[in-house]
Amino acid sequence: MTATTALQAEKVAQRRQVRRISDKTIQTAFILPTMMLLILWNIFPLFYSLYLSFTEYSVITGTPPRWVGFENYRNILSDPLIWKYFALTGRFALLSVGLQTIIGFVMAMIVRAKFRGSGFITTLILIPMMLSPVVVGKFWAMIYNPTFGPLNYLLGMPPPRGPDWLANPQFALWAVVLVDVWMWSPFVMLLCLSGLKAIPEYLYEAAAIDRASAWFQFWRITLPQVAPLLMIAILFRTIEAFKQFDVVMGLTGGGPGDATELVAVKLYRIAFLGRFDTGIASAFAYIVLIIIVAISNLYIRYLNRLRGEA
Amino acid sequence: MATIELRQVEKKFGQLHAVKPMDLTIHSGEFVVLLGPSGCGKTTTLRMISGLEAVTGGHIYLDGRDVTWLHPSERDIAFVFQFFALYPHMTVLDNIRFPLQAQRVPRAEAEKRVSEIVKMLQIEHLLHLRPGSLSGGDRQRVALARALVRRPAAFLMDEPLGALDADLRESMRAEIKRLHITNNATTVYVTHDQLEAMALGDRIVVMSAAEIQQVGSPSEVYYKPANLFVARFIGSPGMNLINGRYADGIVYLPGDNRYAVPESWRAPLAQSLKDGEVIIGFRPESARITENGALSARVYSSDMHGAFNMIHLALGDETNIVNVRVDRWVTYALDTPVRFDIDPEGVRFFDPRSEKALRRGGAQ
Repeated sequence: MTATTALQAEKVAQRRQVRRISDKTIQTAFILPTMMLLILWNIFPLFYSLYLSFTEYSVITGTPPRWVGFENYRNILSDPLIWKYFALTGRFALLSVGLQTIIGFVMAMIVRAKFRGSGFITTLILIPMMLSPVVVGKFWAMIYNPTFGPLNYLLGMPPPRGPDWLANPQFALWAVVLVDVWMWSPFVMLLCLSGLKAIPEYLYEAAAIDRASAWFQFWRITLPQVAPLLMIAILFRTIEAFKQFDVVMGLTGGGPGDATELVAVKLYRIAFLGRFDTGIASAFAYIVLIIIVAISNLYIRYLNRLRGEA
Repeated sequence: MATIELRQVEKKFGQLHAVKPMDLTIHSGEFVVLLGPSGCGKTTTLRMISGLEAVTGGHIYLDGRDVTWLHPSERDIAFVFQFFALYPHMTVLDNIRFPLQAQRVPRAEAEKRVSEIVKMLQIEHLLHLRPGSLSGGDRQRVALARALVRRPAAFLMDEPLGALDADLRESMRAEIKRLHITNNATTVYVTHDQLEAMALGDRIVVMSAAEIQQVGSPSEVYYKPANLFVARFIGSPGMNLINGRYADGIVYLPGDNRYAVPESWRAPLAQSLKDGEVIIGFRPESARITENGALSARVYSSDMHGAFNMIHLALGDETNIVNVRVDRWVTYALDTPVRFDIDPEGVRFFDPRSEKALRRGGAQ
């Protein structure tokens, strides 16, 4: 035993001598490039934009950033228009995440039952999630189109009778919500499905013996058992909703007027259109970031509580 | 408390019988154990009684009511699962009152019943824990509490002690026995452990190969096995079984041994056996080693069991081993020639072709 370990140690030592570098060096050599890229692309911009958020600066003017303290933040937070966009984004998140949760969960409950072709149907349902959001936006813009889009035909309102969904300030947000729900309900379904499938059958057997009705079983067993995964799905979708950009750009570009001007779209407009207000945009981005982190924290706390109970 | 009746109940998976058509009546207040090796259909039978498994033939009656096609929740039975099947996301208290809440028992009444059960099983200190943090024994107590709190017409238990450690099993066995005596509830209990079956059952239903082999009290299945399977399966070790040939009141056994058949058995043997081939059976404690015993053998090996020693004797060659139970201070050197007798009350005879026990009174 000791002899073999000694032999092994010697072999390792020999190999080291040939190599002439320690394990630690090799570890560092492998990690270093990743670290460098991470610092270059993620950490540095994070702190640089934090710095820029306290300056007056535009990337296209060539003048260096001028320190203005909290003025950018003060201006943004006192702008009623910005608050309107936040409220709009909140409404969008509430509507789309709410609908996705309900639809995704119901779909998972349906697909959960094994029937002929259920696997194939599950795959079909997942397709929207795999498409590029811009493509989805562009296609849905065509579907919504009042002159040649199929939606109004399907609703029994051939042109010129049907409404122009995307040009109508009353409907535009709902139109965006609908596309987001179409695209991302499958994601919620997928997570719910894995949660549902993990519920052991014997719990339902025990519940049947305990004379629980199907409804009672759903509320007391199915829902609590899926809750942690459902919460993760909701967390992901809420974060995504606050970052929603590409589908909106593909559909409405924030219009009509500012009816679908979500914060991410507004941010894009400040940063890369008109005056390229880099400083203001950075401050705005930080405010959005803080809000997302705050919301995520609430969810995660709730999730941990669920987990602690389970 | 309820009477459970099975009439020609069967379960087929495709062409394969998991349970062949069986008849069984479980009387009110009785503790019946379904005993058999794994895969014999005992758990399937229990699950069919509960309604968790659908029958493919026959009828099940609970107190005369045909429940064959009723959902488990409509049968008023409780089921204790082998792996407890507690609700992992609920506290012990919520687990126990789940069946009461499911039935909308008024809160005050529910509280009262829960506290009674909890006191009886001595699990008051666990109420606010979750099943995940309980020991195996405590989980089973909670599972029992959940079953008891409903006051069902009958209890079905599927190897409830199977997942517990050996020493805990002993004490939980005593607890279950005591619960049954105090509640006098009709209980059907599945196990593969014959000691458990002996200790608990008012009656034991021995099953093998998807059918009932014997139904009887523990002492009946032990001392009067209906066939070779029961004789081998019950007891550890099982019954001694030796092939012989019967003629004129004598069974000729290996090693030139002649066993004089007790008077009361001669007529049945002469009537039942066509060519004289017979299997003689006796329990290890029914044999006695004495200097002038009728049968001769030699000591093959011996082992200690604490309270007694077990001597293995070779009758003739080493293919016929007989186990004899002796006092714990009795030992023999290997290959010692010994003589032994069989207690005439403890001897049994089997027909090697039908594998069934012969009965005094002629019939098999």
